[in-house]
Amino acid sequence: MGDYILLAVSCIFVNNILLIQYLGNCPFLGVSKKMETATGMAMAVVFVLVLAGAITWVVNHLLLKPFGVEYLRTLAFILVIASLVQFVELFLKKSIPALYAGLGIFLPLITTNCAVMGVCLINIKEEYSFMQALIASLTYAIGFGLALILFAGVRERILLARVPKPLQDTSIGLVGAGMMSLAFFAFKGMV
Amino acid sequence: MAKTVVQEFTKGLWAEIPPFRLVLGLCPVLAVTKTVENGVGMGIATTFVLVCSNILISLLRNVIPKNVRIACFIVVIATFVIVVELVMQAFAYPLFLKLGIFIPLIVVNCIVLGRAEAFAAKNGVVSSFADGLGIGIGFTLSLTALSIFREVLGSGTFTIPISSVSVPVFGPSFQPFNFLVEAPGAFVCLGLMLCVMNMLGKK
Repeated sequence: MGDYILLAVSCIFVNNILLIQYLGNCPFLGVSKKMETATGMAMAVVFVLVLAGAITWVVNHLLLKPFGVEYLRTLAFILVIASLVQFVELFLKKSIPALYAGLGIFLPLITTNCAVMGVCLINIKEEYSFMQALIASLTYAIGFGLALILFAGVRERILLARVPKPLQDTSIGLVGAGMMSLAFFAFKGMV
Repeated sequence: MAKTVVQEFTKGLWAEIPPFRLVLGLCPVLAVTKTVENGVGMGIATTFVLVCSNILISLLRNVIPKNVRIACFIVVIATFVIVVELVMQAFAYPLFLKLGIFIPLIVVNCIVLGRAEAFAAKNGVVSSFADGLGIGIGFTLSLTALSIFREVLGSGTFTIPISSVSVPVFGPSFQPFNFLVEAPGAFVCLGLMLCVMNMLGKK
């Protein structure tokens, strides 16, 4: 049990997927201008990443390994993620329309979110067991959401500030992300 | 015709140079630019995937049904990423280990999919090739510039690509500016470079 808690803390804070491992930065900068879009994206990522983490682990260990075709991992994983996103979209549209209305437009964007693919690959690279992979996927996604929502708050404040013209928009956003990354950097060595 | 092909090529080098003009594919830019060798290696790998997938998608553009085009593009791109992975394992194993999961992650690099969707799906083979090569070389140049800045100031060395020899740039009394090679430095550095590019203007 203690191991799992340690893993969770390490995935949320110490190895934060966005700010320390640099994965998923395109949606990070793209949707962090408004709090609502950031929250929607964060929820969609949590939803998809847990499913993707579990399914890709199963695909890797029960399909690719026994047949000795691990070199096809990239192709298999991206297909799993793309079809999973499509499937989740259809399922939500049909059965939980309220949730679909909230997440709808973010779901297609997740296919090319490298955080999702990245976490699935990290799960395999670190040789996690199924339970560990599940917890790592969930907590990496929570770390993603945490950083994204915090950063959206920062960016809403930046809008009110007077920023020199060349620094506006993405440029000041990246510098701000650097400062936040510095804050998360302080967790290093905690686990 | 010849002139337009040249234009397709050169726009990737300045007017639309990624990641500064097209703010896409930031993850590898931030992650692999710790040393010059990694930056150049990543740039070349991405260029290869970009050129090959652009050519193939442009050839297949009339065959692929509109509704499933994104899935088809991803399969094409993933195939070339696997080719790069296998080639690098065979001929550049140390570099492959250093770049780690960022080689398979080329498949979700928005630049590659973006060019397939925005350009190769609508244009002929020759101009798609020129576009892919131009954007790829532009991406490599940006990665090289960023990694030179970060490595020289951050660890005080310059790793020559391919030979992987680290040459110290400054004297022994140089105190490396560690901030730059760590994660926060990557963000700040890219942000400031974006600012400089904005100041220089479009042309």
